[in-house]
Amino acid sequence: MAGGTAAALGPRLFADDSLLRRALSARNVVVLAVAAVVAYLGAVPLGFLLWQTFVRGGHLTLANFRGAYTSVGLGTMVLNSLAFALGSSALATLVGSTLAYLIVRTDVPGKALMFAASLVPLIIPGILHTIAWTFILDPNNGVANQWVIEPLDGHKPFNLYSIPGMIWIEGLHLAPLVFLLMAAALRSMDPSLEESAIMSGASLPTVFRRITVPLVRPALYAGALIMVVRGLESFEVPALIGLRNHVWVYTSGIWQALNDAVPNYGKAGAYAMSLLVLTSVGVYLQSRTSRRGRAVQTITGKGFRPHPVRLGVWRLPATLLVLLYFAVAVVLPLLVLFYASTQGFYSPPSRHTLTHLTFANYTATWRDPFVRHALVNSIYVGLGSATAVMLLAAVASWLVVRTRLPGRWIVDNLAFMPLAIPGLVLGVSLLFVYLRTPWLPVYGTLWIIFIAYLTRYMPYGMRYASTSMFQIGRELEESAQMSGAGWWHTFRRIVLPLLTPGIVAGWIYIVVVSFRELGASVLLYSPGKEVLSIVIWEQWRDGLQTQVAALGVMLIAGLVVLVAVAYKLGARIGVREA
Amino acid sequence: MSLLSVVELVKTFPASRQERHKRVLAVDHVSFEVKEGELFTLLGPSGCGKTTTLRSIAGLETPEEGSITLADRVLFSSAQKVRVPASQRGLGMVFQSYAIWPHMNVHQNVAFPLQVLPRARRPSRAEIRERVERVLAVVKLDHLASRDATALSGGQQQRLALARALVMEPKLLLLDEPLSNLDAKLREEMRFELKRLQREIGVTCVYVTHDQAEALAMSNDVAVMRDGKIEQIGRPRDVYESPRTRFVADFIGTSNFIDGVVEEKRDGRYRVRTEHGSLEVESDAAFAAGDPVVVSARPEHIVLSTDLNGAGPNRWRGRVEVRSFLGEVVDHVVSVGGREIRVRCNSAISIPPPTEVTLVFNQEAFTLIKAGA
Repeated sequence: MAGGTAAALGPRLFADDSLLRRALSARNVVVLAVAAVVAYLGAVPLGFLLWQTFVRGGHLTLANFRGAYTSVGLGTMVLNSLAFALGSSALATLVGSTLAYLIVRTDVPGKALMFAASLVPLIIPGILHTIAWTFILDPNNGVANQWVIEPLDGHKPFNLYSIPGMIWIEGLHLAPLVFLLMAAALRSMDPSLEESAIMSGASLPTVFRRITVPLVRPALYAGALIMVVRGLESFEVPALIGLRNHVWVYTSGIWQALNDAVPNYGKAGAYAMSLLVLTSVGVYLQSRTSRRGRAVQTITGKGFRPHPVRLGVWRLPATLLVLLYFAVAVVLPLLVLFYASTQGFYSPPSRHTLTHLTFANYTATWRDPFVRHALVNSIYVGLGSATAVMLLAAVASWLVVRTRLPGRWIVDNLAFMPLAIPGLVLGVSLLFVYLRTPWLPVYGTLWIIFIAYLTRYMPYGMRYASTSMFQIGRELEESAQMSGAGWWHTFRRIVLPLLTPGIVAGWIYIVVVSFRELGASVLLYSPGKEVLSIVIWEQWRDGLQTQVAALGVMLIAGLVVLVAVAYKLGARIGVREA
Repeated sequence: MSLLSVVELVKTFPASRQERHKRVLAVDHVSFEVKEGELFTLLGPSGCGKTTTLRSIAGLETPEEGSITLADRVLFSSAQKVRVPASQRGLGMVFQSYAIWPHMNVHQNVAFPLQVLPRARRPSRAEIRERVERVLAVVKLDHLASRDATALSGGQQQRLALARALVMEPKLLLLDEPLSNLDAKLREEMRFELKRLQREIGVTCVYVTHDQAEALAMSNDVAVMRDGKIEQIGRPRDVYESPRTRFVADFIGTSNFIDGVVEEKRDGRYRVRTEHGSLEVESDAAFAAGDPVVVSARPEHIVLSTDLNGAGPNRWRGRVEVRSFLGEVVDHVVSVGGREIRVRCNSAISIPPPTEVTLVFNQEAFTLIKAGA
């Protein structure tokens, strides 16, 4: 076997053509160009962020951090951010995994309802979800406060503008993601593991506690960590809810630092660095948990049809719980948003307001040239970035999955790195890059938002493309080579057509999520270059509550159509976060 | 004359992810020649290097050393630093999974190799159509030309893969376990079909399989591989009847291996003393008295007799321990002294255990192998 001679032999390459012609082959040019773009998108913003934050006047300094943490104390900032993120994650994990267990493993009815509800975060942008909940829970004129909480609790309304209020809104928005993750984990669990415990004489509660829970625990931990990261990254809730009462977290801190009378770039950079460290730790822990989980799990990829657990007398309460969730998390916000959109000025529903409905907001919004301009911008940037991401991802995933090129793991890691970068941190970093590089005049144009989306959605594109790439047998490409096709022919006529379903699914997903992107856009837009989510943000800050609601309802309707078309096309599009 | 010659081919792989610097020899100085119009088989268990050798000929793997020449055209040579890319070698290949492109129909799959030819050599549309139809007729798929490739049965996909490999009229056709995904009945049918096609078209083939029956039935020459090396090359009958090593005897067919020592040679026959009695074995090989040897005895050339008289050389006494009925034949396991000897009889002979019997070794059963080989 491996003798002394074998150890000395390394793989060698032979030049059958001139070196130059080999170097300029279609394959090398395309692959190198894609690798360069991916590397540029992944590495340059972080480089600038580090430089701007730690270097002042040519030497290393921590002055920016000192400045940042004098106005709001380090302790307060960290504590608020962690309390908000951990709280939302706990709420989302509790709600999401309970629902997942009930829906997947028990005989509770309403499975279709829950899977429809799980699409809510995809369809209702975070900013609209938050706005809907301020209509519901505002201490002065929130529906729930007036109708339910005050009568029950004397004259103390629930104060939405606090950490618990923020947790409630963010947690509800994240719960469907946990639901999807846990439903997948529970569905791929071999039912014979539980059945053999029953055969060993264990009662149902014992099986649940000793077998089911330990088996899904890695998925549960991983899911909870993903939600912590998402909570840290969230901007909509801290900005719309927290700022009212000066409850600072990192994302709102970054935004405030850049929107003071004189933008404080150093302070924004320091906050962004701190936040990046926290999210990176979260992403690292999560990937470690999943990896360790995979090693001990006997959960296979096979689809099982387990016998549902019969709940008996508990079936009715469980059903009510599912219905309650659906009513509170899906129906209520949509209803309130729609109600608000039919009012001239917002006030809680009463006999008077309900008999004076108007659709004036819709016609006004539809005719508003500012909104129309933003819609066109959103379409440009959304379609453009989705197309660019999927084309880059097609080549990059081929490079990573198929080739044995030495540097391919660098491309892989760089393409996935933006996953750990919150939208606001990316915004700050791109600001640093393009304020410092006037010879690349993208600042003040739509291009900077395009670049931000390209960077943010590269990991999603990579995931869709490489999942499909793994499904294409290597031999399909090799047989094309044997048929005399060079790299370009093989890629264009075999690989791309076979990747198409994955590329289309990824493309639609990116278009949908790009319409609700706020974190990066809010730092990068300039007057005249707004996108739809920015219009909502600005109108809300200007107090145009009912107009925002109308615009929101129209946006949601549009996204519903888009997602429905995706399903019609058979594209397996789910909420692929984290 | 030989069409393909493979000389001193070496290919290594990293031993594992952790120890990248350590390398395992997958192909260890392999050399062979394939004559024009013949079907040459690389036979061996999984991991013996046969597929790596085939893929090196195809150009899908790059060996470290050696050379591959096809009719005076050097495809690969480490000394001359030549490596023709797979797409430029002009070979046909049938993959184990068939690798039928699922997004194309039958006609499109077969037309692809002609469509990607450089413009100067590319046939006209009409000619492509005609050539595709012709080759589809050869594999009897002409009536399915517009069918989706994924709608074909396993056997049809296999023939489609063959048509696609043949449409270029390649000098050499490479087949990587093409029958292993078919069920037993179809496999046997396709074996004859493939052989017939190969003879009709006259295409030279290199065939990789782990199925010894397939190798014996189809090949002009067989190379038995083990651990990256070729153990024996020859006509199927020679390899079967005169295995040079214990591994070859064991891998091709089943055999009883009886250890012994050469006592003397008389009239072209070696007298071999074993633990259980002596055997007289005809052999061309040169052994001296006292050499340790292994006698390989094929079970189908041993006869069972209930006549218990006259024990002696090549007539051993034993007892039937197990009998298993396999349809066309009946296998018996017979104990002799402390060991078991497998005997295969035609279905007319069936002896229930425990019966005392005499084993009669026919001369065709024997091959004499050097001990340790």
